Amino acid sequence: MAHVISSWDELKKEINEMLSYARSKLPKRIYEELEVKLQKTTETYGLSPEEARKIIEYVLSEYEYSMVEPGEPVGTVAAQSIGEPGTQMTLRTFHYAGIREFNVTLGLPRFIELVDARREPSTPIMYIYLDEEHRYDENKAKEVARRIEFTRISNVASEIDIDLVNLRIVVRLDPIMLEDKGVTVDQVKKVLEKLKLGKVDQDPSDPLTLYIQLELGESFSLMDLQKKREKVLNAKIKGIKKIRRVIIQSMTNEEGKTEYFLVTEGSNLKEVLNVPGVDPRRVYTNNIHEIEEVLGIEAARAALIREMKDVLDEQGLDVDIRHIILVADMMTITGRVRQIGRHGVSGEKPSPLARAAFEMTTQNLFAAAARGEVDKLKGITESVIAGRVIGVGTGMVEVRMNPAQVVKSMKGTGGEATGGGN
Amino acid sequence: MVEEKIIKEIKFGILSPDEIRKMSVTAIVTSELYDEDGRPVPGGLMDPRLGAIAPGQVCMTCGNDAKLCPGHFGHIELARPIIHVGFAKYIHDILRATCRRCGRVLLPEAELQRYLKLLDRLEDRWPLLAKLLVTVVKKRASKVTECPHCGERQYKIIFDKPYTFYEDRPEGRIQLTPLEIRTRLERIPNDDVRLLGLDPQSARPEWMVLTVLPVPPVHVRPSIVLETGIHAEDDLTHKLADIVRTNERLRELLDSGAPQTLIDEHWALLQYHVATYIDNELPRIPVARHRGGRPLKGLAQRLKGKEGRFRGNLSGKRVDYSARTVISPDPNISINEVGVPVEIAKILTVRVPVTPWNIEEMRKYVLNGPDKWPGANYVIRSDGRKIDLRYADRKRIAEMLEPGWFVERHLHDGDVVLFNRQPSLHRMSIMAHIVKVLPGKTFRLNLLVCPPYNADFDGDEMNLHVPRTEEAQAEARELMLVQYHILSPRYGGPIIGGLQDYISGAYLLTSKATLLSIEDVVDLLSAAGYRGEIPEPAILSPKKRWTGKQLVSLFLPKEFNFRGKARVSAGIFACENEWCWNDSFITIKKGELLTGVLDKKAVGAEQPENMMHWLIKEYGTDYARYVYDHMFKMFIRFIEKRGFTMTIDDVALPPEAKEKIKEVLREAEKRVYELIEIYKEGKLEPVPGRTMEESLELRILDVLSEARKKVEDITVNYLDPFNNVFIMARTGARGNELNITQMAALLGQQSVRGERIHRGYLGRFLPHFKPGDLGPAARGFVYSSFYDGLSPVEVFFHAAGGREGLVDTAVRTSQSGYMQRRLINALQDLRVEYDSTVRTPYGEVVQFIYGEDGVDPMKSAHGKAVNIDREIERVIGWRV
Repeated sequence: MAHVISSWDELKKEINEMLSYARSKLPKRIYEELEVKLQKTTETYGLSPEEARKIIEYVLSEYEYSMVEPGEPVGTVAAQSIGEPGTQMTLRTFHYAGIREFNVTLGLPRFIELVDARREPSTPIMYIYLDEEHRYDENKAKEVARRIEFTRISNVASEIDIDLVNLRIVVRLDPIMLEDKGVTVDQVKKVLEKLKLGKVDQDPSDPLTLYIQLELGESFSLMDLQKKREKVLNAKIKGIKKIRRVIIQSMTNEEGKTEYFLVTEGSNLKEVLNVPGVDPRRVYTNNIHEIEEVLGIEAARAALIREMKDVLDEQGLDVDIRHIILVADMMTITGRVRQIGRHGVSGEKPSPLARAAFEMTTQNLFAAAARGEVDKLKGITESVIAGRVIGVGTGMVEVRMNPAQVVKSMKGTGGEATGGGN
Repeated sequence: MVEEKIIKEIKFGILSPDEIRKMSVTAIVTSELYDEDGRPVPGGLMDPRLGAIAPGQVCMTCGNDAKLCPGHFGHIELARPIIHVGFAKYIHDILRATCRRCGRVLLPEAELQRYLKLLDRLEDRWPLLAKLLVTVVKKRASKVTECPHCGERQYKIIFDKPYTFYEDRPEGRIQLTPLEIRTRLERIPNDDVRLLGLDPQSARPEWMVLTVLPVPPVHVRPSIVLETGIHAEDDLTHKLADIVRTNERLRELLDSGAPQTLIDEHWALLQYHVATYIDNELPRIPVARHRGGRPLKGLAQRLKGKEGRFRGNLSGKRVDYSARTVISPDPNISINEVGVPVEIAKILTVRVPVTPWNIEEMRKYVLNGPDKWPGANYVIRSDGRKIDLRYADRKRIAEMLEPGWFVERHLHDGDVVLFNRQPSLHRMSIMAHIVKVLPGKTFRLNLLVCPPYNADFDGDEMNLHVPRTEEAQAEARELMLVQYHILSPRYGGPIIGGLQDYISGAYLLTSKATLLSIEDVVDLLSAAGYRGEIPEPAILSPKKRWTGKQLVSLFLPKEFNFRGKARVSAGIFACENEWCWNDSFITIKKGELLTGVLDKKAVGAEQPENMMHWLIKEYGTDYARYVYDHMFKMFIRFIEKRGFTMTIDDVALPPEAKEKIKEVLREAEKRVYELIEIYKEGKLEPVPGRTMEESLELRILDVLSEARKKVEDITVNYLDPFNNVFIMARTGARGNELNITQMAALLGQQSVRGERIHRGYLGRFLPHFKPGDLGPAARGFVYSSFYDGLSPVEVFFHAAGGREGLVDTAVRTSQSGYMQRRLINALQDLRVEYDSTVRTPYGEVVQFIYGEDGVDPMKSAHGKAVNIDREIERVIGWRV
């Protein structure tokens, strides 16, 4: 065996040529990993230059081998790779994803939701991380949480009654809920005054009871009173619309410190980003359309990939990320999020035959006739229908040998014509 | 022979009345089909000029016989125009957007010109934007109430689905007749038609109102002659007869100047018949029925849906040269092979050209004929005539055989066929196999290919297809053979691998305790088909003994290095490196298995980055096939010799353990009742965001699952870790520790929709419990094990839980099936181009480099382009 070197610098000198060749051939990331790992191996076990060269040679050939070949039907493979494990996914909608307080849609229903590009996920959730100031203090985190959580009168009131005798609405507040939501009686009073239903009085003996003296015209019905009560119930005190509940969670971050962050039921990315105390760079929502609207299509694509991968990982299904990327790319290629289905990718195909063969056969045919569409028969479905060779894999090749031509040219050069075609 | 043509493109459009008349060979004027002699009536729906379909019949139009006559259209001159239901929606759009007097789009001239220019620019490059422009034009134009061209006041058009139109005039709501609609549509100039999204060349709006109805040739609607001699006509013929009858009646009424109401009545009836002829599932109108009450099939029904023309006959077709039967296992054939019953081999044939080199062989086949395998069923002469060997003088034909002829030869060993099991969820569901004709009536396949097909042998059937052309056979052999699909493109790891007894066998064979005599070694190696030297025994004295590891090493390449944990390396059997008593760390140096046992992680299916994965990747698929065919056979031969079964004693717990389990359960029960007590007092601290009841349920579930976990630990502790049941669970061959616990100790909590079972009677699941009982037993906690047997009530709980699983599977398959269909449909056209981009067939780039790094997942190392650690191990693994 040749001499083993255990100094990286020394070895590097020996195999420099090979390394620079590898650097020119490999992507930066793989090359760097190779160098780091070679160094480590040299220092722990020692490497002879021959061995090092062999390793690099292997890496190069493996890398080259791993490239996709032209004609590979990557779309079909991706669809199969995602669809096949679909049969193994659970159907149960609700699962606890780390947090006991919320139910999160997972498994097949969530996946279908994603490829359907639904406007609103069935369980919207946000993960809100906080800025330097609020991150490490539970009370400060709670402060932000209170700013975000959508609170209505009904959330802090224990009772809301209509006093028919005095024609007023009685609001009795719940001190525990007031404390929990961080709302003062004055705040509630202000909100009630803003409703402009009438004068708001505080009960002199009980500061938690408020009266709204209704100003009513001559004729009014019980229905009117009920409506006014509803209005009081739903009056917003503070918070962000659509965010129903906020929960504070803690984790240990990279710096080893305990960091508090918020998890919300309901999602409203646009407004949450503006809340003071929130670190806008690290806010996350599972509502793809919101992300698209606020952060753009590239962010939506990244979110789609992440969400799909998360669902599959949670189910313990091993699917290559490239397949998911392809699906996400197909969904976002037009600049907006499209559904995988008749109202999206499939419905916007240029070929009327492909559309008709998928869904809504007659409608698509009538539309094609009215618009005078032309089917170029380039896609898979159309080719199958017209009995042509499909354009992927070995069917991609368009240059072919013409046996008659070969025979002719052979005759021309005086060569013997053999075989020929039929 | 009909000349072969390749279709380049298909143009869609609406037939104009002129075109319909031009392509028609006859007008259909009578609803009568046959005269008294049973001959088709000229001018009727079965007019012989419409084409020949009966064998021997010569077409009166083209002069061809039934085989070659393509069929010819006829036509019906409608007495009054009729709305085409399929286009009613478009008619509505157009009427709303155009002037009722001058026919122009209701937007100022300048605007129209601007839009037209824009449309010209968008149409070819951005068809989707052109579509958007059209919707904008339509929307804006339909809001205008006064024509900017002629100043005419516009009224609201009301579309009453499926084919009636009204106009809200000052004098009231007036119905628009198709006649009026048609004249309005005629007035629209071509440029305006384009702005409304139609192509005036191939679809003038007035053509959406029918004046002439094309009658499809008889080929499209063949009549069936029953044994009694009565013709049973196709649904379309019936419908067309209705149309002709109504049409003729209407014409008579018009000619005789009948009262308007009578005419309108018949006009409406004609409209109904034409509408249901096109689509018989229209909303809000009665379905046209057969005399027996069966709904008639309209044209739309023929095309629609899974069994319709598109999905049923155009996208998918029924094929010849295929077979289907039950599958059964055969570990003795290669993974590349499939056992085909002789009976099937005698029916499926391959067309082979006769050449000077194979003429003797072909003669033999011809002589054997169709009934003796290997024979032949047909001979095709050089002039294309097909000779059926069933009825021919085979001796004579064998002598006549000459190069240039073809023989339809029986399937025989070495032919390549495609083998498929539904549902075909991924490409490994159809793979090429090499035929091996075997006695018996089932297809035989190697057990190792069960995972990709997801097959078992509880009655599964599979399909077999014979590729006919040399091109297809070559592609099947070079691309689709099983050995090229060992690695799955889903995750870049092997999908083919051992299961069940293969794994137990591998484990037992390679275990330290296994010592083999020379007889055993010879038997195992010959079963594996090993040809070579027997190694030095590991133990020389007192007797020569070999280890299983030595035998496995014989099949490994000489420079193969590998280190990795086995699956059994867990709990008390854990090993961190090779210096470990438990022998659960695999070390292979220079092709010698030194330590560690082979189990699911090493030889099982769907285990990426394991020993088999690197063997396949580094030594190629031929070698991989060799290992699967030979080394794996040794594993089952060994388990066969040793014997492997399970007995009830394997899951019998000693009384001591049972006592411990009872103690754990008592403890848990106590805690549950404590929780219930606290809950009843209202002092239970709720989980945020949940009600009291939900919080209680969550807590109880926690307590019970914790208890079950404890029981599992006890069970595992008390059972012999080397009994066969335990070996299966540990190696991953079958079952897991939970299953063992359920057999030996208790079933645990049964659940429906993730909750304890509670629905049934008011406040209780079964009348055996008190209402409001929240205890474990009343809500589906099963204390018994399968060993002890379940009480009747427990059986019921178990059934309730088990039923959910069944329902779940049924629902899931349909849902995920639909999702996969949509995914496939959306993505199937994508391919990698020579410039390494991923594109649609229209040239749109989806990805500049596939997967952001251009790596094929199938050829990757579990997703990575290169696993550098592995490459280092490959080189220096023998010395570290």
